[in-house]
Amino acid sequence: MIEIKNLSKTFSTADGRVEALKKIDLTVRDGEIYGVIGMSGAGKSTLVRCINMLERPTEGTVFIDGTDVGSLSETALREVRRRVTMIFQGFNLLMQRDCLSNVCFPLELAGVKRAEAKKRAQELLETVGLPDKAHAYPAQLSGGQQQRVAIARALATEPKVLLCDEATSALDPNTTHQILELIRDINRRLGITVIIITHQMSVVEEICDRVAILDNGTVAEEGDVAAVFAHPQSDAAKRLVFPDGAADRAVGEGETLLRVVFKGALATATPLISRMAMEEGISANIRYASTRCIGDRVYGNMLLGVDSGGDTPARAIAFLQQDDITAEVV
Amino acid sequence: MADVFAPEKLKEALDILLHEIPLAIWETFYVTVAATFFAVLLGLPLGVLLVAGEKKGVMPLPAWLLKLLNVVINLLRSVPFLILMIMVIPLTRAIVGTSVGTAASIVPLVIAAFPFIARLAETSLRETDPNVIEAAQSMGASPMQVICKVMIPESVPSLVSNATTAITTILGYTAMSGIIGGGGLGKIAINYGYYRYKYLVMLIAVAILILLVQLFQSVGTRLAVRLDKRIKK
Repeated sequence: MIEIKNLSKTFSTADGRVEALKKIDLTVRDGEIYGVIGMSGAGKSTLVRCINMLERPTEGTVFIDGTDVGSLSETALREVRRRVTMIFQGFNLLMQRDCLSNVCFPLELAGVKRAEAKKRAQELLETVGLPDKAHAYPAQLSGGQQQRVAIARALATEPKVLLCDEATSALDPNTTHQILELIRDINRRLGITVIIITHQMSVVEEICDRVAILDNGTVAEEGDVAAVFAHPQSDAAKRLVFPDGAADRAVGEGETLLRVVFKGALATATPLISRMAMEEGISANIRYASTRCIGDRVYGNMLLGVDSGGDTPARAIAFLQQDDITAEVV
Repeated sequence: MADVFAPEKLKEALDILLHEIPLAIWETFYVTVAATFFAVLLGLPLGVLLVAGEKKGVMPLPAWLLKLLNVVINLLRSVPFLILMIMVIPLTRAIVGTSVGTAASIVPLVIAAFPFIARLAETSLRETDPNVIEAAQSMGASPMQVICKVMIPESVPSLVSNATTAITTILGYTAMSGIIGGGGLGKIAINYGYYRYKYLVMLIAVAILILLVQLFQSVGTRLAVRLDKRIKK
């Protein structure tokens, strides 16, 4: 379990002091995928770096399984960093080493014997789906492949926690989806707790269990992903859920707003909204939509306006709600 | 100058060359390589300190120490080599036992070259991607591990091409050391060309020096390219 208590970080810059984080309180449970979402400059990257003390907090404490990591010596901290590993937006592989020795690198740092390290690295390259790239150099790989190598490298020391700092922001939607699948697979199979830092709603919707919305250095809102996105309370959350201010101008007289989230539903030949109109006789206004197809599956969300009268909203939800699609009244 | 290439001069020059040039090439070669070797031995760690020792570096040094290192490097780099050779005579005598001759010329060469190499190493090491250093730290790398396993290996191509620049510069300096009795092509050029007006011998010695520079440069450049794994092959 990771507990962040009363965490503040202030940077002194040429233009004066910048408060990147202000009194943050968060708890991440073992085995969950926890998202931290916010606009750029919200303090996300600083927050994640305070967890493994790459950035020293100005105030407050971080407990990992009950240990106050801020109080540890540099040597003890290095030990912690083998249990809490990290992947990055820019992959950050060693460009002069081939993939196998990139994966060996953290083991080498930990003093693991060469033959043993190589064996484990090869296994990990298989885990991330790149068994044949052991002797390729990072420059010869695509972005998605490089991130896979970085994931293998992060898993080498058998960590308990994986920190992902904008790990999919440099990748195209298709590759993003594949990397997220891999991360979810790792989370389920190895029971590794995952903390995902992102500015992309779609990433949180796709794999996170819980989410914290970071705004201007503070936690604006926190909770289960579905709950936070269905009933956004804070301005920051509303901005994320209704990117174009859709909520403000959308709701008309006698209209109820439904939020429909697609988490990889099969894109069938019969379109959902038209079918609802034909089969249930419910016509819906599409107030906002951001969906995309990856392969034959749909991801994203929609805001639908339906008639508030009678049981229409409830019937609409019952119709829409199915595997990989959730619908809720906003 | 018209009779520089007169037949009897040509014959005389050829005579001198056959007798002295092979040894001179060898001397120039070994003095250059030996001086570069020792200069790298001193200069590379110094370059590492300049980068790693910064306030935001992986192994911050006290500000005064960093400042001192910088001042010493700048000081040594500002002294013209010709004067430096004379200034370090006592040191040369203490190390080699004599202040004249080929072996003795290595000492001033090293002293002139190591601050230069430190600066070159500094620029190479500074190119290391700070994100990759951060990644190494996030995996529990100690400052020494970051230096030895990330900063230096990741900069190898750049270090090699800068070492090539250094070696060609040192080769030029070896020619000057002919003045204090250092052997090699420089000595031949000065002794025959300057003291005895045998311009042809001087020209040939210079031509060979140019060839040596070309040789070192092309080997170095090729090596740097071959070592760089960022280049897709």
